[in-house]
Amino acid sequence: MDALLTASRLILDPYVLWVITASAAFGMFVGAMPGLTATMATALLVPVTFFMDPVPALGAIVTATAMAIFAGDIPAALLRIPGTPASAAYTDESYAMSKKGQLDLNLGVNLVFSVLGGFVGVAILIVCAPALAEVAINFSSFEYFWLALLGLTCAVFMTSDVPLKGITSLLFGLAINCIGIDPAAGYPRFTFGSVELLQGISFIPAMIGMFALSELLRGMVHADAQGAVIAQKIGNIFSGVFGVFKRYWFNFLRGSAIGVLIGALPGAGADIAAWISFAVSKRFSKEPEKFGTGHIEGIVDATSANNSALGGAWIPALVFGIPGDSITAIVIGVLYMKGMNPGPTVFLQNPQFIYAVFIIFILANILMLPLGWIAIKGGKQLLRVPRNVLLPVILMFCLVGSYAMTNSIYGVIMMVVMGLIGWLMEEHGFPIAPAILGLVLGEMLEQNFMTSMIKADGAFIMFFERPIAATLGVMTLLIWGTMLWRGIRGRPATLGEAAPAP
Amino acid sequence: MSKISRRTFAASTAAVAASAAFGFKPAFADEAYPTRPIQLICPWGAGGGTDATARIVGVLLEKEFGQPVNVVNRTGGSGVVGHSAIATAAADGYTLGIITVEIAMMHWAGLTQLTPKDFTPLALMNEDPPGIQVKADSAYKTVKDLADAIKGSAPGKFKASGTGQGGIWHLALVGWLKAMGLPPNQVAWVPSNGAAPAMQDLAAGGIDFTTCSIPEARAMIDAGKARSLAVMAPKRAATFPDVPTLKEAMGVDYTTGAWRGFAGPKGLPQPIAAKLTASLKKIFDSKEYNDFMSSRGFGVLWNDASGYAAFMDKADAQMGEAMKAAGIAKT
Repeated sequence: MDALLTASRLILDPYVLWVITASAAFGMFVGAMPGLTATMATALLVPVTFFMDPVPALGAIVTATAMAIFAGDIPAALLRIPGTPASAAYTDESYAMSKKGQLDLNLGVNLVFSVLGGFVGVAILIVCAPALAEVAINFSSFEYFWLALLGLTCAVFMTSDVPLKGITSLLFGLAINCIGIDPAAGYPRFTFGSVELLQGISFIPAMIGMFALSELLRGMVHADAQGAVIAQKIGNIFSGVFGVFKRYWFNFLRGSAIGVLIGALPGAGADIAAWISFAVSKRFSKEPEKFGTGHIEGIVDATSANNSALGGAWIPALVFGIPGDSITAIVIGVLYMKGMNPGPTVFLQNPQFIYAVFIIFILANILMLPLGWIAIKGGKQLLRVPRNVLLPVILMFCLVGSYAMTNSIYGVIMMVVMGLIGWLMEEHGFPIAPAILGLVLGEMLEQNFMTSMIKADGAFIMFFERPIAATLGVMTLLIWGTMLWRGIRGRPATLGEAAPAP
Repeated sequence: MSKISRRTFAASTAAVAASAAFGFKPAFADEAYPTRPIQLICPWGAGGGTDATARIVGVLLEKEFGQPVNVVNRTGGSGVVGHSAIATAAADGYTLGIITVEIAMMHWAGLTQLTPKDFTPLALMNEDPPGIQVKADSAYKTVKDLADAIKGSAPGKFKASGTGQGGIWHLALVGWLKAMGLPPNQVAWVPSNGAAPAMQDLAAGGIDFTTCSIPEARAMIDAGKARSLAVMAPKRAATFPDVPTLKEAMGVDYTTGAWRGFAGPKGLPQPIAAKLTASLKKIFDSKEYNDFMSSRGFGVLWNDASGYAAFMDKADAQMGEAMKAAGIAKT
């Protein structure tokens, strides 16, 4: 109790509150700008936090990332460009909704459910961090292999009409993931002697290119077709949100739960959480045919999931010093820098700091409501900006963002090349999302397969010897088997859709 | 708009904003150098141990020089990208870097042509020896138990991890096996994305032991999930006094370590290099540096420019030998 009081005192310092507010604005801005991501916000904060006390330093990171993950939804809804990778899963759905004239409801739902998802994430972090961490660290490479494979199944749910094109896109993502140093043997592949290619296709510049640049190119080619449609007035974004909550409260709970769990698994963060919860939502929806036409259901799941995953990722980070996602990978460094060595002892040695992190999490989510509202209002002004001004500005941020990821021109080149490829793919009806999914999960899949094979001395049966691995494996094989069976019977390969192929 | 974009641009091109906000008063150096900001390249990601070391030294150098020192992370390619960026920069003293043990290894693996000779060494400032960690409920109570079990097992039955294939902790394992008269494939190496995932796999029961450094294993040890049996160093670590050295525990005299030092591109002008080495020595002796390193459990070790050059040559030869023994050297 003393620690809780100390923690509150630490936070109620005007300087700390100032830092939190400033980082909230910073996070909102970074998240809302296509090309700048939540992970980048954290990396940019590292040198600044170096000079701060532990509480403002952690407060800055917690607040900025929470804001950024929500703010990524705004450009997704307005421009069909996700602000951060965590919004990529439902960008198309969100934009389709805006085009239908439901921009207000869309943004309102994104804001409110992001806040609520964030609360669920932090509540679970507070209540059962040690217990959940116990579960999460029991995952070995065998379990991760099945998880990655299961994750790839999501690609099927992202492909609306021609499954073959979706699979082509997925295989393209997996193929370019092979560029760079082989994660198991450390052998360079497809690098053509280039030092830069040794780092492989960095995910963030590729994502910026494929989502943002390709959208800009499309806007240029079809000058009238884009943007103008959604230049509608933003009214009261909160009207109708309660109705959505009453109808889809279960989706919210399910999305948040999936978010925390995936966040807590080392190596998977908000982006994968959004993808999986969106796929789950479609699979179990009563009206899966509405997905892809601007349907709110999947957005509720996914926007709750990516914010709750943020809290989840802190679980293994605080308890075992194992990062839950790319953000907490940086946070662990900051924790060490501030003398708060992660591990259960941090709860005993520095409980006031841990409580402070919890309080800041809650504070950040409360703060998100008004600040998000302002950001959405600001987004309205953004739409008034003539497109020949707006698009170059976005392009500039894409350039800055991709440069900052690699600190070299390599990121920019990568972004441009992937943007061109993404644009060509979309023009010919190949969905982009599966390619990005392949890029996200490819290394996880390959590395865990290789290390599992090394551990098992080449015996495949080991993939089913551990209880969790066996469960996941049987599940994956069942899902794939069903899809194959349906495919053979001439039905669309998506599990959720019962309608015959056109 | 222009205001915001300018600010973000400044921030994203590294710590310019931070250093501007904490502007230190200009120093009155006798020589002109440095007259503008210095870029300090770190080949590893933000938040890691090398990054932290680069940043604390960067801050102290900034105080010393009165010029901003910006740490820039150039990651990827198992360290090749960042080390190349340091080696190929203009040798004017305004681009320096932190170089790590990998520089003595990557060229043996055929990843790059770069060797320690492509740099102007300034100072060695840190070394961390590997430890041997097992799961908390493991049957092996001492390193001797583990060694006996390894000796009595079929080659490859025991699995160890700690870093990628051919990484420093892999070589530590090979060196230890060799010192015991065992072939390098007596224990199978499971490559991982670094020490943290390896420690997690250890706790999950996926592998038998890890050979990463004790500071890297610390969180899991504190959590009661892992135990450290020995350290491959000449003497016990000050922060982990209960962990015996290999020599104490089983009479095997094998030591190695991962180290970090500062360097510039080859051909750095002598007065600039001398000034940098002198400043780094001051930092090495400072309370801030020592407090910081001990808070993270990192070891401190000093070598000046010529000492560091000799140290790297020795390390290069040792690593080459270990990598050839392990069958991972290409050249």
